[in-house]
Amino acid sequence: MSGLWHNAGWHGKAIALLLLLAFLAAPLVSDRYLLSVLILVFYFAYLGQAWNLLMGFAGQLSLGHALYLGLGAYTATALWTLFGIGPWIGVFIAIPVAAAAGMFVGWLGWRFAIEGVYFALLTIAFAEFTRIGFDHLQITGASGGLFLSVNGPGADKWWNLGGGPLLYYYLSLILAVGATFLVARLRQSSLGYRWLAVRENPEAAQAVGINIFRARMIAMLISSSMTAVGGVFYGFYYRNLFPSQVFDISRSIELILAPIIGGLGTIFGPVVGAIILTPLGESLTGLMEAFGINAPGAKLIFYGIVLMIIISLRPDGVWPWLARHLKLDGARK
Amino acid sequence: MTAITLNVIVQGVLTGLVYGLMALGLSVIFGVMRVVNFAHGEFTVIAMYAAFILFEVLHIDPLIALLPIAAVFFGIGYLLQRTLITPFIGRAEHEQFILLVGLATVIVNGILLIFGPDARPINLPYSFDSYTVGSLFIDKVRVLAAIAALAVAAALFLFFRYTRTGTAIRACADNLTGAGVVGLNVKQLYAVTFGLGLACVGAAGTLMATIADASPGLAQAYTLLAFTIVIVGGLGSMVGALVGGILIGVSEALAGFYIQPSMKSMFSFALLIIVLVLRPQGLLGRRL
Amino acid sequence: MSFDHRKLSRRSVLAGTAAGAVLLGAPAIVRAQTKALKIAVLLPQSGYLAQAGQSCHRGALVAPSVLSDFGHQVELIHIDMESNPDVARTQTERAINEGAQCIVGAFDSAGTLAIAQVCEQRQVPLIVNIGAAPQLTEQGYKFLVRNFPTGGMLVKNGLHQIQALIDATKIAPKTAVFLHANDNFGMAQRKGMDALFPTAGLPFKLLESIAYDPKAQDLSVEVTKIRGLNPDLLLVVTRAADAIKLVRDTVRQKFQPMGIISPGAPGLYDEEFYKALGPLADYHIDALPWANPKSKVTQALEAAFKKQQPNYRFAVECFNVGFTFDALLIAADAFKRAGTATGPELMKALMATNLVDHTMIGPPIKFDAKGQNVDIPSGCVQNRAQTPTVVLPAEVATMTPVLPMPPWQGRT
Repeated sequence: MSGLWHNAGWHGKAIALLLLLAFLAAPLVSDRYLLSVLILVFYFAYLGQAWNLLMGFAGQLSLGHALYLGLGAYTATALWTLFGIGPWIGVFIAIPVAAAAGMFVGWLGWRFAIEGVYFALLTIAFAEFTRIGFDHLQITGASGGLFLSVNGPGADKWWNLGGGPLLYYYLSLILAVGATFLVARLRQSSLGYRWLAVRENPEAAQAVGINIFRARMIAMLISSSMTAVGGVFYGFYYRNLFPSQVFDISRSIELILAPIIGGLGTIFGPVVGAIILTPLGESLTGLMEAFGINAPGAKLIFYGIVLMIIISLRPDGVWPWLARHLKLDGARK
Repeated sequence: MTAITLNVIVQGVLTGLVYGLMALGLSVIFGVMRVVNFAHGEFTVIAMYAAFILFEVLHIDPLIALLPIAAVFFGIGYLLQRTLITPFIGRAEHEQFILLVGLATVIVNGILLIFGPDARPINLPYSFDSYTVGSLFIDKVRVLAAIAALAVAAALFLFFRYTRTGTAIRACADNLTGAGVVGLNVKQLYAVTFGLGLACVGAAGTLMATIADASPGLAQAYTLLAFTIVIVGGLGSMVGALVGGILIGVSEALAGFYIQPSMKSMFSFALLIIVLVLRPQGLLGRRL
Repeated sequence: MSFDHRKLSRRSVLAGTAAGAVLLGAPAIVRAQTKALKIAVLLPQSGYLAQAGQSCHRGALVAPSVLSDFGHQVELIHIDMESNPDVARTQTERAINEGAQCIVGAFDSAGTLAIAQVCEQRQVPLIVNIGAAPQLTEQGYKFLVRNFPTGGMLVKNGLHQIQALIDATKIAPKTAVFLHANDNFGMAQRKGMDALFPTAGLPFKLLESIAYDPKAQDLSVEVTKIRGLNPDLLLVVTRAADAIKLVRDTVRQKFQPMGIISPGAPGLYDEEFYKALGPLADYHIDALPWANPKSKVTQALEAAFKKQQPNYRFAVECFNVGFTFDALLIAADAFKRAGTATGPELMKALMATNLVDHTMIGPPIKFDAKGQNVDIPSGCVQNRAQTPTVVLPAEVATMTPVLPMPPWQGRT
């Protein structure tokens, strides 16, 4: 991050600081609705960063990140509901569980040279397989769902993630900012350079002595671990889990939209993407209502059209283009 | 083997053939152009609605409606390729993915907006008929749909094998640079290919409409199913798509029958994983 | 597609449009005390639950005029939660900002619980119109009431009704198979079935419980499996269109049970079911709570529904419409008694509900300490001439039940 910081122009620094201050101070001035939207923005920015590590940096397309999200969510919430183990401990069990799954998928994929779309399908297959598995797992309520009480012993304590929007707002902000720092740091590290080498030209990378498999496995390890933390957040924020919700392929799809729209392989892309997409959905809902249109589906039609337009006009994502125009060169990949 | 097991297998084969035809469309598009059509199931569902409308309004049997719908879908595919898809040829998969996910969202919600959420059935006079063979009951619509699926697949096969355009498209798939060098109009051929892929989907969707009831919610499952079948069968192998369809159809049927119906898709995904790992080119695909 | 003419006050949403506007925020709108109770109705009008969500929505659209005739003033905010808990949660926040004093929703359990988080924190009562997961009222939410049976209640009442059916029709089934969708609704009933059937004292044996994948494209294998077991009764918990596939494959495979009975699930009485199956849709029985044709509230609701929703049949929609209307009625009634819409007061009034006149069959609506209405009886509804018709209990029935059902052959 320090390198990034020094490379950024003065107005880049100013904008970053102002934005961070604005987000820190937002609860003072904004209402709860806006906070709830911002929580989603940060949540998707965070997950976007996690996914971006694997795809944007290591070049491996995963369409099954719902697997790690779901495993993280189920592990931590099940530990809490079944054994009373709080999320701050649970998260450290959730991470290895999801990471183990990620390592297994990665190992299988890369050891057997499954690349590109094939790898993407492998990740989908594992996520779907696990979804149906959890639909039958009685200990977590199977397809009937897992529920967290709001009045059990300690359920309302902040250290058990029981709390109002402020807790979740700052938690999601910390996650998003922390992930951005981590990604920036990794990007500048030798590991980051190895990832880019592997992404751009695996043969050449191998020729200069980079262990491709190892580089990818590390990316998967970090990416799936981070996603698992997002899952813990999700489970406690909503306080209920259904396999058909949390492991669903639409979860995998929605969490990759922000980084791609924002700018794949960039540090701020996932953040920018989340800042665009989540409020876009909300304001489309608002606009439809303002015009008195109650046409279920219409909002998502517009949403789909906007996705197509952005990816057609800015295939590299919005952030690189934005950074160019704002002359924030330090943010280029 | 008991009669009832045989019955389950026959059902799996028949349904699998229609699935296979749907997957064939994907195989053609993916195999030739490397475009990952993540809106495949959505197009299938559009075809189901087209079949529904033709039946409701003009009382055309889907087995006949198949031809005009496939023709129209060819046109749609041709135009889509020329306008929307062309800029994305050769681009990264994730960019194609977002484009087609966007398109899929538009289609699913467009259908919901126009037709509402209810399932739309095609009530053919023979919808409830079945043939009795010994102690087996075989649905008439499934038999007819499977035969039609085989016919369409055979027509496509002959086209690729024996026509100039077909051969040219195969040349593009095998060696794009070479195809350009020898003066093939790749853009035109790609448009024809996408058209053919969608024509397949059009035909498959029409047949599907006789087996299942059209509704907006089906699309995503069809997309996944088509990809599973194509990978299992072997990308770029026409016979592979059909065999993949049958294999998935039968394995789901048997798993549903002997283990637990709610777990049957697990076996498809397990099969997909195994094939990806052990034979990534698919059961009948050529070596990558 | 319908157009609602509602007020334009969407400042907070538009503020969220631009990322820069985040700073400005939007001033929380002060909750105004007006004569009408402002209720936000959140339903999955799009997404995978759209069919049921839109049906409930029609009930909400008709409600204000009917409530007004009964002396209740309500103002509704209709919100599509897209079968997506994220949307349900943010839209609940928005609705409350815009002055919603009570929330009604949301058909499915995941969406309902997303809303419940907000309602609990903001002390705004949530009235669950439909949602069968028993846990909804077991997690300690203080601002949630549910006027809908849990999965266990549905099964318990359903089994009672099946016994009553056997008594009324003098059939003697020996065996049954239970088939259910493996989703949260199906699982809630499966758990009820596993717990209750062994002690229910029914005269037949439950051969097997079979779960099917709600994403399954066809049910032919499931039907083959059932045919192999050859039960006298088929007990089913389906999701909407699955019921069509089930009956179609049952006919094709020439399997003829005495009856297909659901202990309270959608599917067997949906309009699409009748359209797809015609005469073959007849004689299936659903044992579930139903609109009471003899209640004056139901009659008023039906008259208004006929006028305002001429494209839909009340008889078919009355389950979704009725429960959604009753939820709104409960809110309006509590508001009248409380004399205020402040959350805790309104909630206190809700908990003290004793509502005699309502749509669905049953005694006065009351809530237990957990906010659950524990007394929502089921009736038996049999499809007759492609119309769901109440056949039990006798005091509200308009026809007598027919079992075993006439054979498939010769129906068309």
